[in-house]
Parts: sequence; C-alpha cells; structure tokens
Amino acid sequence: MKLAICAGPATTGKTSVLRHMIKKLLKENIMVAYLKIDVQYAEEDILLQKEFGIPTKKIYSGELCPDHCNVMVLGDGLKWAKKNNCEMLFVETAGLCLRCSPYVDGGLGLVVLEATSGMNLPLKVGPMLSLADTAVVTKIDRISQAEREVFRARIQEVAPNVKIREVNALHGIGIDPLLTQVKQFMDVPTNMFLRGNPPVGTCTICVGKKEVGWQSHFGVVRALDNQNFYRGE
Amino acid sequence: MVDSITILGGRGRDGSEEPVRVINFKMGDIASIVGPTGSGKTTLINDIELFADANTPSQRRILINGNPPSPEFRDNPAFNPIALITQHTTFLSDLPVGEFLTIHTKIRSERARNTDYFLQKTLSFANQLTGEPIMVHSKMTELSGGQTRALLIADATIICETPIILLDEVENAGIHRNKAIELLREYKKIFIFVTHDPRIALLSDYRIVVKEGAISKVLFTDEYEHKFAQKVSKLDDILSELRNRIRVGERITNDCLAGIL
Repeated sequence: MKLAICAGPATTGKTSVLRHMIKKLLKENIMVAYLKIDVQYAEEDILLQKEFGIPTKKIYSGELCPDHCNVMVLGDGLKWAKKNNCEMLFVETAGLCLRCSPYVDGGLGLVVLEATSGMNLPLKVGPMLSLADTAVVTKIDRISQAEREVFRARIQEVAPNVKIREVNALHGIGIDPLLTQVKQFMDVPTNMFLRGNPPVGTCTICVGKKEVGWQSHFGVVRALDNQNFYRGE
Repeated sequence: MVDSITILGGRGRDGSEEPVRVINFKMGDIASIVGPTGSGKTTLINDIELFADANTPSQRRILINGNPPSPEFRDNPAFNPIALITQHTTFLSDLPVGEFLTIHTKIRSERARNTDYFLQKTLSFANQLTGEPIMVHSKMTELSGGQTRALLIADATIICETPIILLDEVENAGIHRNKAIELLREYKKIFIFVTHDPRIALLSDYRIVVKEGAISKVLFTDEYEHKFAQKVSKLDDILSELRNRIRVGERITNDCLAGIL
C-alpha cells in the first residue's frame, strides 16, 4: 500500500488537489482509498465517494488533536484500504496547531498552501511545511506574478529541501508531477513512524483543568513575559 | 530565450472546430483580443497563461518557440515567460512599495546589487502610466486601481523582464493608454490586450476576434485604420479632457469646448 498524507490550513484546496490526483490515477486503473480526518465536520468523503465510487471514510477527532488522531487510526486505515483492494491510501488531515506534522516515514507528505494567504504564511506553519516532501501552492491565479515569486522564495527560505508545485486546482493543471511523485514511493512499512517529533503535549488544560492563569496550572506553564520560543522542526 | 508563442485552435463552445487554427505571436507584437462580453476573450488569455495543452475546456494548445513549453515554466514562476495582469489582479501584501520591489528584485538574485536602480526605474515607468504618482512609501494595498495596474505592468516589464505580457481590460483602470503602448513598444515583448477600447485595438498590430468561445478571425490593422486611429485618439482625448474638467469641479461651457473640439 502506497500512502500520501495531505495537510494544510482550512480552505486552501487540499480536497481539490487530491480530487484531481484521484481522477487521474483512476484513469490509469490505480485504485485509491480516501480517509478524511477532521475535528467536527467533513463531507468530502461523501462527495468523493459519489463522484468516483471509491472507498472513502472519515473520522472526527473530537477532543483529540487531528494529528494525534491520525497516529491512532492510520494503521487501521491502511488495513481498511487493503481490504478494499486499493493500491494507495490518501489521508487528508486538518493540521491545526502548527506544532506537529502528520507525515510518516515511507509515505508522501503533501502540504497545501494558498498563495492568497499572505507572503508570511510559509514562516508561520512550522513542521507541517518543513517536513513535507512537496508544498502545493494553490490559488495562484488570484495574485500578481511578483507576489507569487515572493511567496515561493519564502517557502524556500524555511524549507529549502521541500519541492514546490504551483497548481491550478480549478482546472487540475500542474497535478501530473504529484502523481509521478506518489508513484515513486514504495509501499509503506508495517511499522510506521512519524517523521517529526511531536511537541511537548501533556498539559493540565488538556486534561480538563479550566481555571485561567498559569498560577492555577502545573507541569508545562508559561507566563506572558516568558518568551521561550518553540520552533518545531 | 522566447522568440514566439503559438496558439493551436481547439473547439468552440458548441463543440465545433475553431475557425482559426494557428496564430503566431512574435517578439515586438502588440495584439488585441476583441469580442462581445461572454464571447470567450478571458478564456483565451487564460489558456495562454496556463500553457493549455488540450486540457482546458477549449481544447486549445499553446507552444513556445514552436514546441510544448518546458515544465520549468510552470514549476517556477521566476522562469515563467508569461505575466497575466487583469482587472482583478491585486496586491495582498501590506508592505510599502519600495520594500516590496526591493524584495522582488533580490529574488531575481543576479541583480541583487542594483536593487535601487531597478526600484527607481520601475517606479518611474509606473508613474508615466498613472495619473496619481506612486510614492515609494505607499502601502501596496492602499494603491488605487490605476496605480496597482501601472505598478504590475512596470514590475512585469522591468523587474521580471517577462517576454510575454497579457493585459485583461486594463483600460477600465485609468492608465494612460497611448503612453502605455508607446512605452511598451520600446521593450520589444509580446503584449496581448483583451480590450473593448477602440483606441487600444487600433494601435495594435492586429486584433483577434472571438465569437462564441472560438477565434473567428484575425484582422491586421490596415493603412486606413492606422490613419483613423489618430482620429480615435483625438476623440478619446476630448472625452478625457471633459472628464478631467468635471473631476476638478469645473463647469462645461461653450468656451472651454471651443478650445478642445
């Protein structure tokens, strides 16, 4: 089973990019399964199932971070895709807190960014970008050539080894190189590992202590004038 | 080096074969695309900008120097030989004009040493096209429509040195059209205007007529039209003069009309 995990901020066009990839792969008779991980609402699984008749599934992470949820369910997801006679599994996930990345060793990691989100976005998204294999830039028709170039340079600044693909997700132009890339991957190993290190995670707020103010908490605490900077990878 | 760009005809909206099968643009050409609203003018320049390869609804194909474009053109915008400037193209970054143009020049690294020269040249080009001068400290997002269009054209022409520039109905944004065409002619690029403006159409070398999603013909500006273009410019100047007077709060009187008619 080949695996591609696609992350990116909300409404950047992750589903549109995957949709074009699925469409082209099905033309080559490569069967793809699609798993969507979201927090509380998603309908992409139903839309893609209707359009292509492929096996799709979604899971709501609810109180879990969607990237944690991905770690929990990915093994099951691969088994499910295999049972449905698929050669590839595409996982779409809403990376939210910008401290981890959902990619695993041995699978393709795609981050979808929209060119309209401002020139500083690449500096803000952390390991979701820097640990990806490819950054897919969408909505390129909405901004000037000049800003496209600056956006690209900013990506290269923080993630010099990440490939950059500008696509028009409306017409599906620029998608082909992504297909070549996903096909070049081997099947993922049975024992998969996250590509990046998760951030420090155990905190008293997560376990349900709701009082406001660091004085009420213990373990990982932070006062306003403590500007320790967490950079991710 | 880009020497030419070719459009290979596809299909019209009703599926029938596009009447014009091949159009070849050469360096130095100024062309217009004309046709009623909804006829497919914007679709045509979008096809060019996307390097359509029978993969858009029109089924057209675009060749550069007679061959399919190198994938590099699409992969890296710094190698893209085409800049598209539309009525809707805007700047989103909140930087001052000078800072942004400096960043953009630096990205084109081979010229990093001369950023100030390129900044001044780009600004002065833009300011010849627009009525209200752009200041180096103005924020990009605060520029007017005309200033934005002027700066986009100047950036594409001077900083990017893009060989092919597509301009979609820029006349509506209030830039000096004769001045624009005169300046652009000096740069020996391919300029393609989508336009409803007779002045731009007649100052072009030829015009591409679009109808129902297909290119129906290509008309080269003939001798009569060349001469007539001067009259059109005159008429247009009269209207601009009237517009200016109304803008600055003057009354239109017989006396002031006598001066310009």
